[in-house]
Amino acid sequence: MSTEKKIKVLVCKPGLDGHDRGAKVLARALRDAGMEVIYTGIHQTPDDVVNTVIQEDPDAVMLSMLSGAHNALCPLIMEKLKEHGIDDVLVAVGGIIPDEDKVFLENHGLKGFYGPGTNLKTIVEFVKNNLKR
Amino acid sequence: MDYSNFISQLLKGNPRAVARLITFVENDIDAAEEIINSIYEYTGKAYILGITGAPGTGKSTFISTLTKFYVDEGKKVGIICVDPTSPLTGGALLGDRIRMKQNFSLKNVFIRSMANRGQLGGLARATEDVIKILDAYGCDIIIIETVGVGQSEVDIFKSAQTVVVLLVPGLGDDIQAIKSGIMEITDIFVVNKMDFPGADKKVAEIKQMLEFRNNYKYDSKDLSVKYAKIELWTPEITKVNSKTGENFDELLKLIKKHELFLKESGVISNYMKNRITNETLQILKHKLTQKIEELLTSNKEIGEYINQAIQKSLDPYSMANLIIKKLGLN
Repeated sequence: MSTEKKIKVLVCKPGLDGHDRGAKVLARALRDAGMEVIYTGIHQTPDDVVNTVIQEDPDAVMLSMLSGAHNALCPLIMEKLKEHGIDDVLVAVGGIIPDEDKVFLENHGLKGFYGPGTNLKTIVEFVKNNLKR
Repeated sequence: MDYSNFISQLLKGNPRAVARLITFVENDIDAAEEIINSIYEYTGKAYILGITGAPGTGKSTFISTLTKFYVDEGKKVGIICVDPTSPLTGGALLGDRIRMKQNFSLKNVFIRSMANRGQLGGLARATEDVIKILDAYGCDIIIIETVGVGQSEVDIFKSAQTVVVLLVPGLGDDIQAIKSGIMEITDIFVVNKMDFPGADKKVAEIKQMLEFRNNYKYDSKDLSVKYAKIELWTPEITKVNSKTGENFDELLKLIKKHELFLKESGVISNYMKNRITNETLQILKHKLTQKIEELLTSNKEIGEYINQAIQKSLDPYSMANLIIKKLGLN
């Protein structure tokens, strides 16, 4: 009766990559789906991302990457989250992720891998259906 | 649910526990009741600073710079940023952290974004509870950023010891400066973006407004005035540049001066009384509204009143009086 739980999502761009139109469109779509979206912008280090996750306590983290650094940065973020005992948060990466990298990233616990042209509804449904808590 | 583990972790200074507890109080008022009940004795040490102003006046950037100064002084800083919830979808875009990037990875800074979830007045329902959690966590200063306000979102002055209102050059003429609302609840006016043309004119307009106001000042010994905090203090004004940090030393002095004023004048006790009264009132309103709503939809006798009202033999005011009598509240 008194609960007013909202899905809280962090959208951010790790690494040296300034192309944030996709991340902003995604943030807007998740907002319009009734979620509370924290957008922290570009140039986030793995520590920035993890500190934001610790403080904001989101249900999902959406990493937008078009720079090609996903194989380096994503596993680092997962590792640091684990160090802080955070294992109940959905972490997804999207943007430009080549098919041959997906298994590697999946093995590190990442999901999603949606690229340009994906219907926004697909991503909204993905978030709703893959929450870990 | 058992929160005791989170609470003991909170008191040990674990930021993850802080974040979890904030989520609980945000989502569930029953959880809030239990959590606040356990931590209340550890609260009351933090100084609460409210930052408000129109959208785009630079609140987030200003707070980011201010935080840096406090951290350099060795203080632990908690920041609560409130952004609006969409009335259409219930969603929200919380974008204040973008401007605070320089503070993300500082050990002594805890930033939390909140959606107001439809609450009017510039804050979220759970703001008071989040303040207490950050207080118990050991923050020396808690900075609250309200939603970008218009003219009447004044709830912040009930929660904060010192209210800073940000203004920018070139926005609004001298008539805006004499309107009611946020211009009346301000302790310190800050003209941000002082490098823009018109900053000095803005400062002059505010000064003129304050001179008018001084003609109506109350006797400075009279603490019985309901909001002595506002009535007995003459607001200060300064200008800053949040991008460069220019003039922030002056601003910090003014905040300190206001803090001293609250203590030395005894106004602080008046403020505490108003704050707790107001907070309790909000909780009572919430609880009673729930109870009354239940009653209105389930009670047979009241259902009968409603039928009478439809047939015009009972008007809503009389019906309300009957219900109050029924609740034993008259």
